[in-house]
Amino acid sequence: MTYHWDFQSIWPFWDLFLWGLWISIVYTVGSIVAGILIGFLTCAARLSGWTVLNIIARVYQEVFRCTPLLVQLLWFYYAFPLLVGGSIDNRVAGMLTLSLYVGAFYAEIFRGGIVSIDRGQREAAAAIGMSPWQSMTRIVLPQALKRMLPSFINQSVIQFKNTSLVSVISVADLAYMAAVVNGQTYRPLESYTVMAGLYIAMLLPLTQAADWIERRLRVSD
Amino acid sequence: MAIHTNAPILETVGLRKSYGAHEVLKGLDLSLDRGEVVALIGPSGSGKSTFIRCLNMLEMPTGGTLRFRQKEVHPGFRDKGEQIGIGTLRRHVGMVFQHFNLFPHKTVLQNVTEGPITVCKTPRKEAEERAMHLLGQVGLSEKHAAYPNHLSGGQKQRVAIARALAMQPEALLLDEVTSALDPELVGEVLAVIRKLAEDGMTMAIVTHEMAFAADVANRVLFLDQGVIAEEGSPDQVILNPQNPRLQGFVARFHG
Repeated sequence: MTYHWDFQSIWPFWDLFLWGLWISIVYTVGSIVAGILIGFLTCAARLSGWTVLNIIARVYQEVFRCTPLLVQLLWFYYAFPLLVGGSIDNRVAGMLTLSLYVGAFYAEIFRGGIVSIDRGQREAAAAIGMSPWQSMTRIVLPQALKRMLPSFINQSVIQFKNTSLVSVISVADLAYMAAVVNGQTYRPLESYTVMAGLYIAMLLPLTQAADWIERRLRVSD
Repeated sequence: MAIHTNAPILETVGLRKSYGAHEVLKGLDLSLDRGEVVALIGPSGSGKSTFIRCLNMLEMPTGGTLRFRQKEVHPGFRDKGEQIGIGTLRRHVGMVFQHFNLFPHKTVLQNVTEGPITVCKTPRKEAEERAMHLLGQVGLSEKHAAYPNHLSGGQKQRVAIARALAMQPEALLLDEVTSALDPELVGEVLAVIRKLAEDGMTMAIVTHEMAFAADVANRVLFLDQGVIAEEGSPDQVILNPQNPRLQGFVARFHG
């Protein structure tokens, strides 16, 4: 079987691809920024001595880590509005779900990094009179951040790919736009190949950078 | 505040520590006077490490009183009225650990200046000058730019001692500082401590080095099962023990 590639037929729609890509980037960056904040607060709750906060944080983390992102998107878009009455904008539902999803994973990455630092480090900081805050910001976090970085970048790469799921609630991201172009041209091979190529073009530099950073961190140890 | 030469720097009265139902320290009285070197010896599990860690509240005592220069220490970080906080206590009472606990992301010099700069707000230049002086004292001037992971155990421990001294402490707590070292590296660390003792540094030392304790300490405390089972001069405690358990303990080291 011979297939005649025909990128000419989808070329008139290049602006849709670019617009979709832009939306994907916006959702990725937006949810990562919000996710860092959520993850930080969740991590702080987990590490605090308060049982109630700890339980709330754990329940949140497990709910979002143990359900598929697709299920969460459908729930927030279709089910959640019924619960509270009214409706929710698909873009809000998309951004909210993506942020809560990645926040749950970030929290675990942050927590893991912090608790992996030897207790002796905190004791040595305390023994020279540092406050818990000074000990955390000057001794524990600088070491923990270094350990978190590879997992953090990895999770963020996954997050970029995960944004493609918002297309199921009609957010016009790259995946959605590829489907639109396919609908217009009946050229699925070209449409979806271009889409895949754009994802690779975005993420390959990131994964390479992550590998490079990881190698460098190992050297400095 | 006036300094009374004979007044104790650190003092515990009936100090207790329990983990759940398990009582590790059963009411210990200690008075560490200025310029005095007290060695704490005893079998593992006797509570000596727990006790020395209570002296700067890395372990929170569950009973009794801890006083620093006659002021009671309370468990909060900041001073409270007449009572002093843990932060103040630790700024004036340094500690050196068995496993060094140097900050691996900081150079040797930064390890030593970290306390003065962050905690005491000493100007960087002054802190660095003092740190270089201290590194000279422990024989590590040329390592000031190295990272801890590139040092031997003995060098790490000497940096840790310099780090504690950089705070210009009134007393030093040494918790088994040679136990994690290769035997051939023990001597260089003990030499530094011996020099400190000669210079009049007030110290409490948990150690298994009996000969060293006998040599450097003014007073030796034998801890056994959470109590001070015998106390006296090195001659009395190490060379001439009365308590049968202490006799057994000391004999193992001479054996």
